[in-house]
Amino acid sequence: MTATQARSPAITISGVAAGTRRTGSWWIYLLLIVGILLMVGPFLWMLLGSLKTQGEFLVSPPTFLPNAPTTGNYERLFNELDFPRFFFNSSLVAIIVTVGNVLFCPMLGFALAKLQWRGKRLIMGLVLATLMVPAGITLIPNFVLMANLGLVNTYPGLILPFLVGPFGVFLTRQFMYGIPDELLEAARIDGANEWRIFWQVVIPLTIPVLATLGILTFLGSWNNFIYPLVMAQEPEMYTLPVALATFATGDHQSDHGMLMAGSVVLVVPVLIIFILFQRWITEGIATTGLKG
Amino acid sequence: MTAPALVRRDVAGRKAGPVAPRHGWRQDLIGWSFAAPFVILFGIFLALPILASFVLSFTSFGLRDLENPIGSTVVGVQNYVDLIADPKFWKSLGNTVYFVVVGVPLTLALGLVIANALSRGITRFRTAFRVGYYLPVITSIVAIAVVWRFLLNPDVGLINMLIQSVGINGPNWLADPTLAMPSIITMAIWRNLGFAMVVFIAGMQAIPAVLYEAASIDGAGRWQSFRYVTLPMLRPAILFMLVITTIGYLQLFEEPFVMTDGGPLDATLSVTMYMYQQGFEFFHQGYASAIAYVLFVIVAIVAFLQFKFLREET
Repeated sequence: MTATQARSPAITISGVAAGTRRTGSWWIYLLLIVGILLMVGPFLWMLLGSLKTQGEFLVSPPTFLPNAPTTGNYERLFNELDFPRFFFNSSLVAIIVTVGNVLFCPMLGFALAKLQWRGKRLIMGLVLATLMVPAGITLIPNFVLMANLGLVNTYPGLILPFLVGPFGVFLTRQFMYGIPDELLEAARIDGANEWRIFWQVVIPLTIPVLATLGILTFLGSWNNFIYPLVMAQEPEMYTLPVALATFATGDHQSDHGMLMAGSVVLVVPVLIIFILFQRWITEGIATTGLKG
Repeated sequence: MTAPALVRRDVAGRKAGPVAPRHGWRQDLIGWSFAAPFVILFGIFLALPILASFVLSFTSFGLRDLENPIGSTVVGVQNYVDLIADPKFWKSLGNTVYFVVVGVPLTLALGLVIANALSRGITRFRTAFRVGYYLPVITSIVAIAVVWRFLLNPDVGLINMLIQSVGINGPNWLADPTLAMPSIITMAIWRNLGFAMVVFIAGMQAIPAVLYEAASIDGAGRWQSFRYVTLPMLRPAILFMLVITTIGYLQLFEEPFVMTDGGPLDATLSVTMYMYQQGFEFFHQGYASAIAYVLFVIVAIVAFLQFKFLREET
C-alpha cells in the first residue's frame, strides 16, 4: 500500500513528461523494433533451418523459408543420436542441482543472517571470497578427485560439485537479514526451536527469493558446458550442450539441419521457463545485481 | 528504533547480533547444524579444489599420475617459468584481453542505450521489448555459437546471403584471422547486452523523478538529462556491470570451442581454451593448473578493484 502511494506520483510525473515528448518518440520505437528483429532473427533462422532438408542447404541462392518443411532432422536427432538420453541427463542433473541449492543455501543463509555461532565470520568470508571464482580453477582438481573416487562418467560426478554455490547463500542471506528479529523472537517466546522458526517463519517469507534462486540455478545447470564436457566422456552421460558441441565440432559439422534442430531442443525449454517466469528472472537479477 | 537503549552494542560500539542467547556450545551446535551440509559440499568441491589447483600448478601432474595423485613430481615454479616463455600462452592472453577490451565497453554501451530508450524514450510495450532483448542471455552459449556459426557460414549462411543481395561477396568470417575475433565479439555483445540492460533499467527506476523534473525546468533536453542526471546516478550500476562483465568475458571458452577451435592461426584461442587443451587434450594438468591460476589472479585483481571502487562510491 505504501509502496503504491509512494510510486504513483512518480509515474504520473514521468508519464506527463513523456506525453509532451511523445510526438518525437516514433523513431525510438522504430530503432527498438529493428533491434528486436536483430535479437530474435538468429532464433528464427535456427527454427527455420531445423525444418529444412539437407538438400535445401545446397541450393543456390540459399532459401529463407523452408521449401518443404520436414521434421526429419528431429526424427534423426531422437532416433539415431540418442537425444532423449541427453535430454534426460540434462534434466536430471539440473533438477537435483536446483533442489540442492534451494535447500542447503537458505539453511546457511539463515544461520549467517540470524544465528550466533563460532566460525560464522570465517564461513561468511569464505563464501563471499568464492563468489567470483572462475569455473576453470576448480575444473582440474575436481576431475582428479572424481577420477580417484571413480565418479567420472556418473551422475554424482556431474551433480556433486554444483549441489551448493556461494551465490545462493549470498542471495538468501541478504534477504533474510531484512526479516525483523521481533518476528523470530515472538516465535521463540512461543517455544519454537530454530529449525521450526526456519521452516515455519523464515522459509514462507523467503519463497520469492527461492523461486528466483531455483530458476537461475536450473538455467545455469542446463546451460553449463565446460564441466560436463570434461566429466562426461562416454556418450551415454552427455548433457545436451556437450552432445550438441560434440556433434557440431565432429562428424556432423555440416549437417546444418540437424544441428539447428539440436539447438532448438537445447533452447526451447529454457525459453518456455523464461516466458513463464520472466518477472522473477529479470527482477531477481536486477536486485541482486545492484546489491552485489 | 523506538527504544534505542535496548539495542545491544559490543565493545566497539557496533550493533550486536540480534539473537537473545549469548554464545555457548548450544548456539554453536544449532548454527553448525544449519551450515553443515553446505560447508561440507562447499569444502570438498569448491574450497579444497581451489587450494589443490594451486598445489597442482607446482607439479608435473599428467595422465599417469591420475591413479596416484600424491606421487606426482614437484617441479617448483617450473610451470610458471615455462608459461612466461610460452608464446601460445601470451597469444591466448592477448586474444582474451582483446575480447574483453573491445567487447565489454560495447556490451555496456549498447545495454545502456537500450535501457535508456526503454525507461525514458517510450511509454508502451516496455515489457515486450525487455523480454526480447533479454532472450539470448538465458540461452545456452553452445546453442548460440552453433547457430551463429551457421549464420556466418560463407556458403549457406544468412549474413553472406544478405550481403550477396547487394552485390558484394561476403568474407569467410570465422576462417579469416582478422575477422574471426570481431565476429565472436559481435556475437558476445548480441548475447549479453540484455543483462546490462536489465541491471541498468533497475538502476534507472531508482532515480527520483524529481531530478528529471528539475533538469527539464532548467531547460535540459533529452541528451542533457541523460548526461547530467542518468549517467551520474547510474555510476554504481555501471561500475558493477563493468566488473561482472569483465570477469565473465575473461573466461571466454564456449564460443571459440564451438565456432573456431581456437583458430584460425590461434586468432581466437582464449586462456580458458588453452587451459582446456593443455589439461584435457595433452593431459599436462600441472601446466594447465598454472594457466588456470594466472587467470584466477587476474579475476581476483578485477574483483578487488571493484570492491575498492564501490567502497569509495558508497
